[in-house]
Amino acid sequence: MMIKSSRPLMAALAVASLAFIGTPALASGGTEHPPAQKWSFSGPFGTFDRAQLQRGFKVYKEVCAACHGLEKLSFRNLYQPGGPGFTEGQVKTLAKEYKVKDGPNESGEMFERPGRPADRFPKPFANDEAAKAANNGAVPPDFSVIAKARTYERGFPMWLIDIVTQYQEQGVDYITGILTGYGAPPHGEKIEDGLHWNRYFPGNKIAMANPLVALFDDAGKAQDANFYTDGTPVTREQVAKDVAAFLMWAAEPKMEERKQTGAKVILWLIVLAGLLYFTKKRIWARLGDAH
Amino acid sequence: MADHSMSEPNRRDFLFLATGAAGAVAGAAAVWPLISQMLPDASTIAAGAPVEVDLAPIGEGKAITLKWRGKPIFVRHRTKAEIEAAKKDDPEIKIDPEPDAKRVKAFEGKAQEQWIVVYGNCTHLGCVPTGFAGDYNGWYCPCHGSHYDSAGRIRKGPAPKNLFIPDYAFQSATKIKIG
Amino acid sequence: MSEHHSTYVPKTGIERWLDARLPIIRLTHDSAVSYPVPRNLNYWWTFGGILMFMLVAQIVTGVVLVMHYTPHVDFAFSSVEHIMRDVNYGWLMRYAHANGASMFFIAVYIHIFRGMYYGSYKAPREVLWILGVVIFLLMMATAFMGYVLPWGQMSFWGATVITNLFSAIPVIGDPIVTWLWGGYSVDNPTLNRFFSLHYLLPFMIFGVVILHVWALHHVGQNNPAGVEVKNYAKDTIPFTPFATVKDLFAMVCFMILFAWFVFYHPNFLGHADNYIHADPLKTPAHIVPEWYFLPFYGILRAIPDKLGGVVAMFASIAVLAFLPWLDTSKIKSGRYRPTFKIFFWIFVVVSVLLGYTGSQPTDKVVLSLGGRTVLDMVGFAQILTAMYFAYFFVVLPLLGLFEKPKAVPASIADAVLGESKK
Repeated sequence: MMIKSSRPLMAALAVASLAFIGTPALASGGTEHPPAQKWSFSGPFGTFDRAQLQRGFKVYKEVCAACHGLEKLSFRNLYQPGGPGFTEGQVKTLAKEYKVKDGPNESGEMFERPGRPADRFPKPFANDEAAKAANNGAVPPDFSVIAKARTYERGFPMWLIDIVTQYQEQGVDYITGILTGYGAPPHGEKIEDGLHWNRYFPGNKIAMANPLVALFDDAGKAQDANFYTDGTPVTREQVAKDVAAFLMWAAEPKMEERKQTGAKVILWLIVLAGLLYFTKKRIWARLGDAH
Repeated sequence: MADHSMSEPNRRDFLFLATGAAGAVAGAAAVWPLISQMLPDASTIAAGAPVEVDLAPIGEGKAITLKWRGKPIFVRHRTKAEIEAAKKDDPEIKIDPEPDAKRVKAFEGKAQEQWIVVYGNCTHLGCVPTGFAGDYNGWYCPCHGSHYDSAGRIRKGPAPKNLFIPDYAFQSATKIKIG
Repeated sequence: MSEHHSTYVPKTGIERWLDARLPIIRLTHDSAVSYPVPRNLNYWWTFGGILMFMLVAQIVTGVVLVMHYTPHVDFAFSSVEHIMRDVNYGWLMRYAHANGASMFFIAVYIHIFRGMYYGSYKAPREVLWILGVVIFLLMMATAFMGYVLPWGQMSFWGATVITNLFSAIPVIGDPIVTWLWGGYSVDNPTLNRFFSLHYLLPFMIFGVVILHVWALHHVGQNNPAGVEVKNYAKDTIPFTPFATVKDLFAMVCFMILFAWFVFYHPNFLGHADNYIHADPLKTPAHIVPEWYFLPFYGILRAIPDKLGGVVAMFASIAVLAFLPWLDTSKIKSGRYRPTFKIFFWIFVVVSVLLGYTGSQPTDKVVLSLGGRTVLDMVGFAQILTAMYFAYFFVVLPLLGLFEKPKAVPASIADAVLGESKK
């Protein structure tokens, strides 16, 4: 009986409870959706590819960091578990390359000193106004959580399927798309001064010039074929994916711990649910009913 | 609602025990994060990294107070007279007996007797004692009247212990690393 | 449950001593052990226990988060990231709290729909039902203010839009909004008071939950047959162990769903825009509330008049409180009301679709014929809003007068026997 009367209720409520979800930050007009990439960190057992994170950090540092901060991160994060896997020594050396503001000293002056692992990444601009002044009136967004702050509309029924498949890499796919989506506008499209055409940017007109011109010539050939020291081929797609993966880690540094904990928790809950099911059956058997 | 069906007591007991145990483990596992979150977080631990202190600017008979891990640390450059007086008093220390030689550290085998480095919290209840004060011209805690000598040893008052010495080591004759 | 006498017998001297002074063990025993529950309750009745668990889980994780959160416009966003990055298990606490709000609402909606299907609001359970509506309102206020605390873009603009609802009130509307804000816009004073109230309201919810449970235990639970308990020995079973173990099983199943989101899809139910720091100079392209507010948001946007929209939205919640008197049928359970059943499911679908309209841009075309727009999202929402209110003001009052119900079992025991025969 229970099953009979509750099945439609269950189905309707499942839909009811889930149908409202999924109204992403960037409603896209006629913009293309970025293609879904393969990521080592997707799925319930995903982990970051350490080498990829290290390459991505190099791209961030040499291409993005001039304009985009990473203010929620500290240098020490680079050697914590579940991250790019730098050694403490490497990070100490790296931190020393940065000038960090400190003070005031005995005479009341602020001063600069070499960075330490506990310091946060210094901001590229002193404040938003300085950032605007240097960037045509637009503030380059901070990159600490950018991989979680960007998305695109999945549409029905994809967002429902995503619950089961755990697809949640919209942000990194979008970043990869933006970095590879620059090009000439389609015939008849006018581009205003200071804007650039991008296939995957909502509205297609993006203020940021293609940042990867620093690494590639117009034909897409790497300026420095040895940009990566681990032998990975230096291509636009590779560079875009590497920096996107790095930004995913930057936004979600505890992802590996989270997923690994999750597997244990869910497994345990399933065992407990099974035991409770049989306990319940056994206790209710005392009633001799049809339950 | 009599409790009938008492057959198969063993299998039943095992099931109930296993369920109870699995539930207890789940509950205990859920409690740990709640406790652990109150421990020092990663940024606090990182900010408590060892620090280096340059001793050169501290003249004889002077002392500085620096803050490390949120606590004051006194670094005092003792005069010859203070060192002599402290050594002479070694047999007089009654509350927490410790010779002056144990209150200092060495650099390259040579005791750096002029340098006293101690936590600036009274061992009674944590107040910060005043420097160059009290009956022994070491430190005097105004909260409850504890007198320390120039080596930071408790001489009089309610404090049970000498001022604690942090982990530190000489990097050079004029530089120490705390922590 | 006047017939239900206390069966607690203190066993030790200490228990007897305490029982004479503060009969708390007796209270616990009577309400959680020997308390008689109808023997035919199905799994939809486990959501009360699940909601209790969710409330406690939200309070516990919330208290923990407050230990690390800073309610200030300059630090709120950063302190949330500090929780995510530095605090031991901070990510777990925050994701459990954020997703816990959604789970709480999933459970409460199932709980409400269950009550509506089985007529749990009917005499003598009107006060029990109204207390539930009060809890629901408090939950909505709490969830709304909680979403403001991370001080992201959705926090800020959600707070701005919702507080501006009150400006629709004639004459005193604007002063009220200024009073809510504590300034000329949503700013630090607003964040601080929302934080304070977000901490306070759950304890008020807890208080009303105690009344809700008290009322429940006084009148006894409704059940799928919708007939009252007639013979305790035949119709009921003791809460412990029967209901306890069933509730626990359902709770753990629900926790698996909860864990799925917390560990594997923690941002699915949130908005990407809330990872962007609040910016009072820039509204996100498409702002929508959290999913659990969408049906009401859909009603708000369906009415083209500012005051009318606000009134309709609040009325859509307030009408629930009058449900006991709007439903004229003497039969409680929808199981024995064939026509009601159809309208009930239509109502469920309408609520879901209202949520859909609330999530979509207002100018989106729903239906077009030969290139001409026949129905846009606002028009669609208007039809649905009319159907929503029609359920309460037309269907339920009239159905009781015209519907031919099926035969209702004479007792709960009969209902159980009838089912086991099938």
